[in-house]
Amino acid sequence: MRRVLPYPLLTASLLLMWLLLNKFSLGHLLLGAVIAYGASWAMTALQPAKPRIRRWDLIPRLFFRVLGDIFRSNLAVATIILKGKRRQRTPGFIVIPLQLRDPTGLAVLACILTATPGTAWIEYHADNGRLMIHVLDLVDEQAWIDLIRDRYARMLSEIFE
Amino acid sequence: MTGLDDFPLWAAILVSLLLLLGSGLTLLGTIGLVQFKSFYERVHAPTLGTTCGAGGVLIASILFFSVLQSRLALHEVLITVFVTVTTPVTLMLLGRAAIYRDRIEGKDGMPEFDSGEPPSDGSSAAGG
Repeated sequence: MRRVLPYPLLTASLLLMWLLLNKFSLGHLLLGAVIAYGASWAMTALQPAKPRIRRWDLIPRLFFRVLGDIFRSNLAVATIILKGKRRQRTPGFIVIPLQLRDPTGLAVLACILTATPGTAWIEYHADNGRLMIHVLDLVDEQAWIDLIRDRYARMLSEIFE
Repeated sequence: MTGLDDFPLWAAILVSLLLLLGSGLTLLGTIGLVQFKSFYERVHAPTLGTTCGAGGVLIASILFFSVLQSRLALHEVLITVFVTVTTPVTLMLLGRAAIYRDRIEGKDGMPEFDSGEPPSDGSSAAGG
């Protein structure tokens, strides 16, 4: 399996992308499969780290949780902008000690924090696992730390580690 | 416009609403970009445009072309995926550059963030 298909996930995603970009037909399925296969072999020259996904069943749960959070924080930031200067806000930095060390998990966490308006990934130190983020409306520092650790980081550790 | 004559009304209304919602949120994001004072606050505002703003426009596009061509047009999903995956790269670059500059200039309110510190209090805090 490893010898024939070095990066099965990448191959599958490339094939899916090809089929989304073109109309679905048997010809495109074959052509896309050949291209995806060739491209995933070309990737072996770069030797990217291979993420191991341990808990597939958690991915949809995480996806919908993040989707809901994106909606909610969009609303929150939109109201902040609409209220303008009339509302008191305390933006600030918080430092979160993370136990999650898997590079893919951290990359996904970066995507989540960037995609939710109101939180922005600023700095991460790999040697002590500390992440600094900037929060637009910082009311309770500990609540934010708990939120990010319990809501995302724990689930990502379960998926990737 | 030709080809749009038999476009159903319900879909037209839904597509317009989604477009208005998406572009409205993007507009709000740009207003926020002007309104906020510091760099770190400004970083948050355009996120409205890249998440729900883009989402609204893309769902409208999916709906429009799916109804028009009576087949599922889903390649817009790829735009969402690539936007979500690539924005953190820009954000981290900008954020680190900004915080580096602010620390060098000794600006007030910049948090200290020791890189060489062992994770002593980190592990105790992360215990729960």
